[in-house]
Amino acid sequence: MSFATEPQGGAQPVSHPARGPGDRLTGLFWRNPRLLTALLIAPPLIWLGVVYLGSLAALLLQSFYSIDEFSGVVVREFTLRTYGELFRPANLDIIVRTTTMAASVTLASAVLAFPIAYFAARYARGRWKAAFYLGIMLPLWSSYLVKVYAWKLILAKEGIITWAADSIGATPLLNAALALPVVGGNSLSTSYIGTFLVFVYVWLPYMILPMQAALERVPVSMLEASADLGATPRQTLRRVILPMAMPGVIAGSIFTFSLTLGDYIIPQIVGSSRLFIGQAVYQLQGTAGNIPLAAAFAVVPIVVMLVYLSLAKRQGAFDAL
Amino acid sequence: MTHAVEFQGVVRRFGSVFAVDHVDLAIEEGTFFAMLGPSGSGKTTCLRLISGFEKPDAGTVRIFGQDMGAVPPNLRHVNTVFQDYALFPHMNVRDNVAYGLMVRGVPRAARNTQAEDMLALVKLDGFADRKPGQLSGGQRQRVALARALVGQPRVLLLDEPLGALDLKLREAMQDELKALQKRLGITFVFVTHDQGEALSMADRLAVFSNGKIAQIGTPADIYDRPRTRFVADFVGSSNVLPPEMTQALGGPARWSSLRPEALHLAPAADTPLKGRVTGLRYLGAGTRLTITLPAASQVGTDLPGVEIAALVPTDQPLPEHGSEVGLKFAPSALHLMEGA
Repeated sequence: MSFATEPQGGAQPVSHPARGPGDRLTGLFWRNPRLLTALLIAPPLIWLGVVYLGSLAALLLQSFYSIDEFSGVVVREFTLRTYGELFRPANLDIIVRTTTMAASVTLASAVLAFPIAYFAARYARGRWKAAFYLGIMLPLWSSYLVKVYAWKLILAKEGIITWAADSIGATPLLNAALALPVVGGNSLSTSYIGTFLVFVYVWLPYMILPMQAALERVPVSMLEASADLGATPRQTLRRVILPMAMPGVIAGSIFTFSLTLGDYIIPQIVGSSRLFIGQAVYQLQGTAGNIPLAAAFAVVPIVVMLVYLSLAKRQGAFDAL
Repeated sequence: MTHAVEFQGVVRRFGSVFAVDHVDLAIEEGTFFAMLGPSGSGKTTCLRLISGFEKPDAGTVRIFGQDMGAVPPNLRHVNTVFQDYALFPHMNVRDNVAYGLMVRGVPRAARNTQAEDMLALVKLDGFADRKPGQLSGGQRQRVALARALVGQPRVLLLDEPLGALDLKLREAMQDELKALQKRLGITFVFVTHDQGEALSMADRLAVFSNGKIAQIGTPADIYDRPRTRFVADFVGSSNVLPPEMTQALGGPARWSSLRPEALHLAPAADTPLKGRVTGLRYLGAGTRLTITLPAASQVGTDLPGVEIAALVPTDQPLPEHGSEVGLKFAPSALHLMEGA
C-alpha cells in the first residue's frame, strides 16, 4: 500500500528524454499529425495524378484533334470531327459489337459467379475456403496468352469439344449452335460463341471475388430475420441477399465489363475476324497512324462505363453500401 | 388447456454437446416468460427451437398445441427480435417494418399504414424515411420490435434485445416492453443473462444451466426459494452456505442460502455468528458488507475465512473497516436447497 501513497521525489522527471532521431521524428509527427498524412499520401497521389490522370488527359486531348486525310498528319486544332467519325456505320458496328459482347460476358459471369461466391461466403470453412481461393486464383497465375491459345485448340474444329460432342452424339446440337445467325460460324474457335466463352473463362475470377466479399458481409441473422417475418427462400434471395450483394456484383461487373471492352487479344485469337474496340485502337495507332481516332475510340469504354455506373446508382445498386 | 409454447423431452445436440438436454416446458398464453442463464446454458437454442431455426434431435415443440416438427420458420406465426436487430440496411425504416406484410402480399398502401401505426406504437413516428444506419441503438431496437409486431404474432421471441443498450436506456426499455406486453396481451418469450432484467420483467422465468432447466417459477419463487446452489448463485447475490455451515447455524447438513438483506448487525457479544468487516461497498440504497468469519469461529466451522455478505440499509450506522461485528437472522430466512 505504501507504494501508491508515498510522495514521489520532486526531482523525478515526468518524461523520458528523446533517445535519438527516431524519437524526435515521432515527436514531430505527433505535434503535426497532418504532416505524416501528407507525407504518406503524396507519393501515390503524384503517381495517380501524373501517370493515370495525366495520360488520360493527354488521351482526351488527342481525341479532339483530327488527321489530315491527304497528308496523314495530325492537325492540332480542336474539332469534334474525329468523334463524328465514330458514328460512321463501320465504326458504330465495332462499338455496338464490343459493348454487346461486354454486356453478355458480364451477365454470364454474374450468373455463373453467384452460386460459387454464395457457397464460398456462406458454407466454405477452413480447408474448403483455402481450396476455393486456390481454385479461383490459380488460373490467374498462369499466362493469359497460354490460356487463350489453349482455348483456341479446345474450341477448334478438330478440338476436344467437337470430339466430345461426336462421342456422346451431340454433334447436331453443336452444329445447330454454329448455324445460328451472327453468333455462329465455321467452328467454335471462329465464332462469337467462342470469343464469348473465352472471355467468360478469363474474367470470371474478377466477378467471383468481389461478389464473395459482399456476400460474406451479409450476416446470417439477416437471412433468419427474413424467414422469421414470413419470407420464402426465393423472397429472401430477391429482397435481401441480392440487394445486399449488389455492390459486389457491380464491383465485379466493372472488372468484367471494362476488361472485355478494352481487350484486343482474345478476339484476335478466338472468333470471327470482325474488329472489337481494342483491336480498332491497336490498328489505328499502329499501322494506320490515326492517333486522334484511336483516342476517340479509347474514350468510348470510359463513357460506356460512366453511363453504366450512373444507371446502376440510380437503380439503387449502392444502397446497401 | 393449450399452452402458447410447449416442449416435451426436447433435445438439441451439437456434436457431442447437449445444448438442450431433455427439456420439458410449458408457457401459458399471455405471459411474459423469461429464459435466464449464463452463455452456453441452452436458453438461446430453446428460443431458436421455437422460431424454427433449430430442429429438435428428439422430443416435440408445440405452439398453441400444434406440433412444429414439419413447419419451417417462415410459416410459424411467431416473430423474433434479434440480438443484433438484423434490420435490412438497404431499406428505410418503413420498408423494414412493412417487410413481413410485403412478403405476404399486403398491398403497399395498406402495409405502409400498418407500418406507420406500429412505428407510432414504439414512439418512432417521423422516422419512417430514415435508413437503419441513421438511427441510434435504442431506435434500432424499437424498429426491430415494430417489425416483429406488425404481423401480429401469437408469440414474440426476444433474444437479449436490450444487451447492446446503455443502462439508462435499458431500464426505460424494460418498462416499455413490459407495458407493451400487458397492452397487447401477446406471449413474450425473453432470453437474457441479466438476472435483474429477468426478475423485474417476467411473470414467470426458467433458469437454464447446462442445457437443462434448473428451476422454473415466478420471480419471487426463484429469488426467495432457489432450488439449487446454481440458481442461488446465479439469480441473486445470495450467501450460499455449505452443509457444515448450515448445520452450525442450526439447520440440517444441507446446502442453504441466506440473503444479505436477511442478516442484521448485532453487538458481537450477543450472537455466536461474528466476524471481521473486510469490505464495504456503497450501493446507494444501502451498503453491502463483506464479513470474514474467523478460521476457528465459534460457529464451529473449520473452513478458514468463510466470507458472508450482509446488506446494511442507509439509515443504520456502518461499522468500521476491520472491526468485529455480530450477525443475527430469523431462522426462517435460512433456505435449504437440494443436492450436495
